[in-house]
Formats: sequence, C-alpha cells, structure tokens
Amino acid sequence: MSGKETQDKTGVAADWPLFEVFIRSRAGLEHKHVGSLHAADAAMAIEHARDVYTRRQEGVSIWAVPSASIVASDPQEADALFEPARDKVYRHPTFYAIPDEVKNL
Amino acid sequence: MKAALTAIAAAGASAGPQRQAHIECLLRLGDTSLVLGQRLGEWIGHAPALEEDLGLANLGLDLIGQARLLLSYAGELEGQGRDEDSLAFLRDAPQFRNLTLAEQPNGDFGHTIVRQWLIDGWQLQLYDALQGSSDARLGAIAAKALKETRYHYRFSRGWLVRLGDGTAESQRRMQAAIDGLWRFTAEFFTADESERLMAQAGVMPQLPPLANNWLAQAEADLEEATLGHPPAVPYPWQGKQGVHSEHLGHLLAHMQHLPRTYPGAKW
Repeated sequence: MSGKETQDKTGVAADWPLFEVFIRSRAGLEHKHVGSLHAADAAMAIEHARDVYTRRQEGVSIWAVPSASIVASDPQEADALFEPARDKVYRHPTFYAIPDEVKNL
Repeated sequence: MKAALTAIAAAGASAGPQRQAHIECLLRLGDTSLVLGQRLGEWIGHAPALEEDLGLANLGLDLIGQARLLLSYAGELEGQGRDEDSLAFLRDAPQFRNLTLAEQPNGDFGHTIVRQWLIDGWQLQLYDALQGSSDARLGAIAAKALKETRYHYRFSRGWLVRLGDGTAESQRRMQAAIDGLWRFTAEFFTADESERLMAQAGVMPQLPPLANNWLAQAEADLEEATLGHPPAVPYPWQGKQGVHSEHLGHLLAHMQHLPRTYPGAKW
C-alpha cells in the first residue's frame, strides 16, 4: 500500500493498515471471519470492529488480525491441494448417527 | 422515606414546584443527549474514515435513544399529552434545557472529539450517581445509559490521547479545541434551585461534589494526552435554564424542519 491511487481524499484512511475481523456469535461457538477494516493499530481495530460489525448484536467476542499476518494458499495451486480429496468420501463422518442432543456440529 | 418519595414521584402527584423541578432535571439530561446526538448525525458521510463515520453514528444513535426515554418520561410527568416527539420537534430554543456545550458546532474532528469527551465525562458522573436515585424509573434509564456512556468515553478518550499525543499539527488542533470549549464546563455541576430541590428529594445527586471527580478524571486524561486546560471561567453558561448560544436555533431549524412543515407526517 504505497501508491497514491489508494488514498482517499483526506489521504489518511488508506494509510491505515488492514485488519481481518473475526466474531464469535455466542459463547461456545468459534470465531468466524466477517470482513475487514482499516485501523491505525490493534486497539483501534477492536473499536472499529465493534462499531462496524457488531451493531446488530452479532457477537460476544472479537478478534482482529493484521491482514499482512495471514498466510494464504495460492489459488493457482487449488487443483494440487484440493482435488485429491474429492474421491475419498470415506473421510466424511457420515457413517454413523449423530445423537439429537448434539447441536452445532 | 425514600420509598415514599418514589411513590410520590411515580404517581406524578408531587406538589407543583417539586414536579416542575423533576421535569426540569429530566429535560436537562434528555435535551443534552438529543442535541448532541443531532450534532453527531451531521458527521454522517463526512467523517475522516468509514469506520469513524459508523462510530460517530453509533454514538449519536445511543444518545437519541437516551433522549427518547428521558423525554417520554418528562412528557408523562408533565401530564399535558406531550410525547417524546412533540417535546423534541415542537419546542423552541428557550424551552430547551441542554448544556450549552452540546449545541456547539462540530468544527473539525478534534473539536467534535473534545466536545464528546467533555460531555461523556459529565454523563459518566451523573448516570453513575443516578443509579441510586429515589426515582426508580430514572435510575433504570441511567443504568442503561451508563453502559453506553462507558463506551462513548472509551472512544472519545482514546482519540483525545491519540491526537493530543500525536503529531504537532494534531496536538495544536486538540489544544485549540480545549481552549475553545473548556469555558462551557462551568455549567456542568453548577446547581440551581431545581437541582437542589431534586437533590433533597434524592431524585438527583448533589452536583457540586461530582465536579471534583469529573475534574480529577479530566486532568488525568489531559496529562496522558500531553494537553492542558485553561483556567475556569467564573461565569457559567445557562443552557440548562434555557439561555443558549446562537447555535441552538440553527440546529433546531434543521432538526425540526420536517415535522413543523408537514405536521403529523408519517414515515
């Protein structure tokens, strides 16, 4: 993020690093990725996430992670990475019954 | 004693001056929230970043929610059929009881933050103390509003420190905002007859002791932000008594235009 073309009219927001935001919707569930935002630092990222992503009671906990810290797989390698799993249905946990009492599986 | 007063207040059967003072105090809280909420709404679409745009709008919506609860209650106590909307949209400036600080223009982002931080600090003191009010309904409103205000304060204080202890330019702007707005704080905890009456009845806290708590906190925040405040002014503004700066009339013209031009208009 260095080019002038990424700056907005104030020249400020675009200089803030990007954070990925994860929200836990209620206790016991996992944090899910909900989007991203700009913030000057980690503390501000949490406040911005609260204001942008939890306005409608979406969550009880927030994680913010610098986007630059995320290591991602290369879409070009998708075939090599994911194709080999396609014909191995026996890896799915579909060969036993799930008790009714178990939720969120 | 306390229970008896609560019963009297709840029934709206308190003696004339007593009830009038009760309504006054509710309007002071409610109008301050309403007017500040309206000011924050002016930032929508203009804040320095999308995230701040939403943040300021959230603060404004919280404040307008507080105003609805307080003005509805004031209207019921008054007993003349005025609801939250008629109080918000059909009164003129001299009938508004907000702190003079709340109606001051947004200025730059620093001015908005300093105004917010000052009023957040005032509300923190008041709402915290009001949780123990002999008026149970007001106590419940205060308890709800206090949670919101704690976040508002975290937000405004955070920016105060960031910008105060930031670049030379941001510090210059923050100090200018404090120098311009500090004079309005003399009104915060100056009690008049209405507030003294309600303090005796346990409805409102005693205001002067809260001033010390507020000032200690404000000075600690300013020190962290590497800022200072000018000396106190001897003359308090009197927005709480309905004597306002020239800015309130303009704000109301904007806020009240639609319901006054189209009375009874429905969404």
